[in-house]
Amino acid sequence: MASDNLVEISAVGYSYDKRRTILSGIDMKIPRGKVVAIMGISGSGKTTLLRLIAGWFKPTQGDIHVDGVLTRDLDRDGLYKMRRRMGMLFQFGALFTDLSVFDNVAFQMREHTDLPESMIRDIVMMKLQAVGLRGAHHLMPSELSGGMSRRVALARAIALDPMLMMYDEPFTGLDPISLGVIRNLVRRLNDTLGSTSIVVTHDVQEALDTVDYVYYLSEGVMVAHGTPEEMRASKDPLVHQFVWGEADGPVAYQYPSRKYNEELELV
Amino acid sequence: MFNRGTIINVRAIGHHTIDSVMRFGYASRFFALTLLNSGSSWRRIHLIIRELYFTGALSMVIILVSGLFVGMVLGFQGYQTLKTYGSESALGVLVALSLVRELGPVVSGLLFASRAGSAMTAEIGLMKTTEQLSAMEMMAVDPIARVVAPRFWAGVISMPLLAGVFSAMGIYGGYLIGVVLIGVDEGSFWSQMQSAVDFREDIVNGVIKSVVFGIAVTWIALFEGYDSPPTAEGVSGATTRTVVTSSLAILGLDFILTAFMFRGV
Amino acid sequence: MERSTIDLWVGLFMVAGLGALTILALKVSNMGSLGSNETYSLTAEFTNIGGLKPRAAVKSSGVVVGRVSGITFDNDKFVARVTMNVDAKYKFPQDTSASILTAGLLGEQYVGFEGGADDKMLAPGATLKLTQSAVVLEKLISQFMYNKAAEGSGSK
Repeated sequence: MASDNLVEISAVGYSYDKRRTILSGIDMKIPRGKVVAIMGISGSGKTTLLRLIAGWFKPTQGDIHVDGVLTRDLDRDGLYKMRRRMGMLFQFGALFTDLSVFDNVAFQMREHTDLPESMIRDIVMMKLQAVGLRGAHHLMPSELSGGMSRRVALARAIALDPMLMMYDEPFTGLDPISLGVIRNLVRRLNDTLGSTSIVVTHDVQEALDTVDYVYYLSEGVMVAHGTPEEMRASKDPLVHQFVWGEADGPVAYQYPSRKYNEELELV
Repeated sequence: MFNRGTIINVRAIGHHTIDSVMRFGYASRFFALTLLNSGSSWRRIHLIIRELYFTGALSMVIILVSGLFVGMVLGFQGYQTLKTYGSESALGVLVALSLVRELGPVVSGLLFASRAGSAMTAEIGLMKTTEQLSAMEMMAVDPIARVVAPRFWAGVISMPLLAGVFSAMGIYGGYLIGVVLIGVDEGSFWSQMQSAVDFREDIVNGVIKSVVFGIAVTWIALFEGYDSPPTAEGVSGATTRTVVTSSLAILGLDFILTAFMFRGV
Repeated sequence: MERSTIDLWVGLFMVAGLGALTILALKVSNMGSLGSNETYSLTAEFTNIGGLKPRAAVKSSGVVVGRVSGITFDNDKFVARVTMNVDAKYKFPQDTSASILTAGLLGEQYVGFEGGADDKMLAPGATLKLTQSAVVLEKLISQFMYNKAAEGSGSK
């Protein structure tokens, strides 16, 4: 059953224990070949949702289908098999600090395949070429700048040509040039590899310029979704505040507190 | 009957106990998983060799130097004590037995815990903090098989070798002081040593001790790293706990093993 | 990664470690002189073994020929049974006597063999007939005192 949606999430909820509910009632469809953003402020459950899709945690309610397979039914081997077809870019790259750039990119091929070293070399060079860092293959991760290490991590994530790419806050803490580079790579790699991408982010403008569709999460609930244009034009106060970066609104500027004049004992 | 404070204290003790037992259970499961996932690291021996370099080869200098000094001190002190009984010729026996049975395994175990064990904890804790372990998991590679198991076996192999080097170096130190410096008869130094030190009873038991210490220290170090909270304070706390816990474990295990091994003699 | 340098250091480390253990086995312990050589077992009964312990040396003319492997108490005859592993190289006549001796005045106790003149040699598992127990210092002293006292009263 090859559906048009690579990932289908229906009525998913997740909680650590009875008191702390992280996600509830999430419905999402991620069509093949598209770049989809999951947005929301910090602590809204975006990263947890990403990890649920990767089978890291099991949802407490609801079903997640990835490429037609129900993830909750997978055992460890099945999960690992599925993950070989997924790539994830972590927030700060998460390069293996004891391996060179080359060995980082070659890591999955060496772990999962019996390819001859010459072929591994060719593939690694191709992947590094795609992120523009072929010349840096001999460097150690400690010698790279933040933007470069994120590009290397990207090359490592696409080493096995994944069907699903997941980006966990890919734009955080980058200078404008690196940010532009990563943003273009997200789009370009998705289209050239023919994969599907999920971008978890709170960098609004970058995301809206890059993606095809946006899901907006707030406090574990899906409050809005639509194309970037729809999001920009949204009248939902939560979305409006988030997209335009307003200091006060439904998400209050003030941490819940007593009345200011009471605090200062002016009354 | 009981005031509130007492009840809260009792409850805190109960919580603490349950937490400790749970953590110990988790640590045991971690140990079992490490053993179960060891096959792949033996098939890729270069992973173990790499870790042998970090745990074993890099610990050699500290082991050589401290072994020599401990042996030299034993030579001095042993001579002073034995002289009062007129049995200086037994100096070799004293130095060799104390090193092979106790000081070799125990002191090199303590040094190993603070040199290699703390480094292991810090390394794995840092890999966890920077999401390297998560990334590995995401790439369908089990971090226990790829990161933990090679380090474990390297530790278990290194420890008896380091203890052996320590004891040999210490005996040489005792020889330097006793025979070369003070002038105890060389022949009786070696021959009394040889007739008193038994291969099975002393050397093999010493090696068994050091293997047990190696298992304990690497297990504690790896678990503390793997279980450390992914923050800077978390990793530094875990490193400290590694040194403290594994030192206590060495001393406690040493007592138990000694009681088993040498009770009849 | 310079794999070869790491290999070199690890190799050196392994050689040093195994070398140290070999030295301990051969030079420091008794394995070099009397280790896994073939041995045969002999038994001797003593009325008193003093402070003899398992693994004590068995010597003949001062040469170590074996070790005490076990000490038990025979509840029928009320004697101590000492079993010894003797190096297969050495054979002793059937009328060999075993005595428990002390190295020096306060040293370790060991079993001394004194060869007899018999043509037949002790077979593995045999029991030595002639034994002399350990000298117990207290007994020796009291005997000496008693003799002195007897001497004193006799001369009067």
